[in-house]
Amino acid sequence: MRKFKEVFIEKSLLTSALITILITLGIILVLSLEAVNFFREVPIIDFLTDTQWTPLFTDKHFGIMPLLSGTLLTSFIAIAFAVPVGLSISIYISEYAPRSFRKSIKPALELLAAVPTVVYGFFALTVVTPFLQSFIPGLSGFNSLSAGLVMGIMIIPFVSSLSEDALHAVPNSLREAAYGMGSTKLQNSFRVLVPAASSGIIVSIILAISRAIGETMIVAIAAGQQPRLTMDPTVPVETITAYIVQVSLGDVEHGSLEYRTIFAAGITLFIFTFLLNTFSYKIRKKFREKYE
Amino acid sequence: MNNIKANRLKDQIFKFWGIACTLLGLVLLAIFIGSILIDGLQRIDWDFITSLPSRKAERAGIYTALMGSVWVLVLTTIIALPLGIAAAIYLEEYARKGKLSSLLEVNISNLAGVPSIIYGLLGLEIFVRILEMGSSVLAGSFTLALLILPIVIVSTREAIKAVPQSVRDGSFALGASKWQTVARQLLPASFGGILTGVILALSRAVGETAPLIVIGALTYVPFAPESPMDEFSVLPIQIFNWISRPQEGFEVNAAAAIIILLLITFLMNGIAVFFRNKWQKKLG
Repeated sequence: MRKFKEVFIEKSLLTSALITILITLGIILVLSLEAVNFFREVPIIDFLTDTQWTPLFTDKHFGIMPLLSGTLLTSFIAIAFAVPVGLSISIYISEYAPRSFRKSIKPALELLAAVPTVVYGFFALTVVTPFLQSFIPGLSGFNSLSAGLVMGIMIIPFVSSLSEDALHAVPNSLREAAYGMGSTKLQNSFRVLVPAASSGIIVSIILAISRAIGETMIVAIAAGQQPRLTMDPTVPVETITAYIVQVSLGDVEHGSLEYRTIFAAGITLFIFTFLLNTFSYKIRKKFREKYE
Repeated sequence: MNNIKANRLKDQIFKFWGIACTLLGLVLLAIFIGSILIDGLQRIDWDFITSLPSRKAERAGIYTALMGSVWVLVLTTIIALPLGIAAAIYLEEYARKGKLSSLLEVNISNLAGVPSIIYGLLGLEIFVRILEMGSSVLAGSFTLALLILPIVIVSTREAIKAVPQSVRDGSFALGASKWQTVARQLLPASFGGILTGVILALSRAVGETAPLIVIGALTYVPFAPESPMDEFSVLPIQIFNWISRPQEGFEVNAAAAIIILLLITFLMNGIAVFFRNKWQKKLG
């Protein structure tokens, strides 16, 4: 009887664990089934090469490139801001700061990631954009610059926390050897520790990119809703995620082509983040083996 | 000599640069919270919390959205908690090293990185359409439960892992079965850690906007939900709706609602940190 109970419990626990695989399968199935329906009506070549995205207009175009460029532009701005700042923070906290400071500053920085993104969107729209407009005269009310910068603030802790862990994990013998050769903390950090912790730092950057690409509310609020193929950070753009939100807010009939566009956009987004996440997981595995 | 001096100078400069970077994010956050408080604090009173939404900014309140958030939070917990803890127990205590367990591990790490809006698309198709829940509180809760499941699993695993092996050995030596060891020793010992992870996951759920918009949660609901099958809105969606309106008064409303949302988020984070510290002391 007891044995039966034990086996039953183990099987139920296993079932719960297997549900996580069902979720992944569910995501892939849902996205690809609706996307297949979409590509029956819109040739995949048009999807990839058309330079306009106007599914909600009478003259319909279904080129993903404007949405993709919006996504990449905002993400690029966020990363260009968050990586240098986050990396400097991680080096400072790990090598320069007193121990007690390290303990209290890390949770404080993680607070930045705990703020809901809709709140950051409001910040970008009502504080950062007007501030930037005061010295960038041509800046539109909705723009990728302000959305990207605020997204950068949000992802600082992703970069700084993981990079700091990686720097911290570098064996002390390397530090001591470098100091023994007469190097300063700065030389030690950039010539010895950062290269030694490079895989962990790369993982943190990849995860930050993946996070930026999938971020929705900041760009939906502050970057605008005008899909356009541009690298100009001062004009309104639309990201893949913002488009999905835009369609979801309207009344789009289930089974219509407009309805399917959000799944086609969604699968594009999913492929990007999936590749980035898998890549970072592989590096992390390798990195763990190196120091264990 | 000059070279050494130059290097020392560079070292000092970087030190200040590092301090500046560390404070930058926090200072910006402080500026932002300050400006929100200036905008929104005067708008918060009991009426704001207990009033129904309205087309007139000065009469609108957050009651329905707040109740929606509470409903979603409770149901999400009921769905995600048992599932997440069970999966974590399996992975940590039962699974043998092999293809299945490494597949599960890669998969969970991948799920944690899937953008939240993709969960919205999954919820829209599976819960809203196929299982015919409609854009109900229940559909929203299932969607958010799937979203936070990886976080619950990862933090529960860490909490169970932190329980010393001697506890397991002692329990087995007394003749306890595996499940008895888990239920009577490991879960009570890791309770504080699990609680911390769960509260952090829920604080993430309470701020989520995008997936709930995708499953069709409303931006305007005249009544608070009374059953899991009712339509609903949540606080972040109410904020988003007010931000998107051009009239001046709604921006003030948005700021006021943000204060309430931040209060809830920071409070949950604070409670989580409190439990973590208490639990770590107990373990150590």
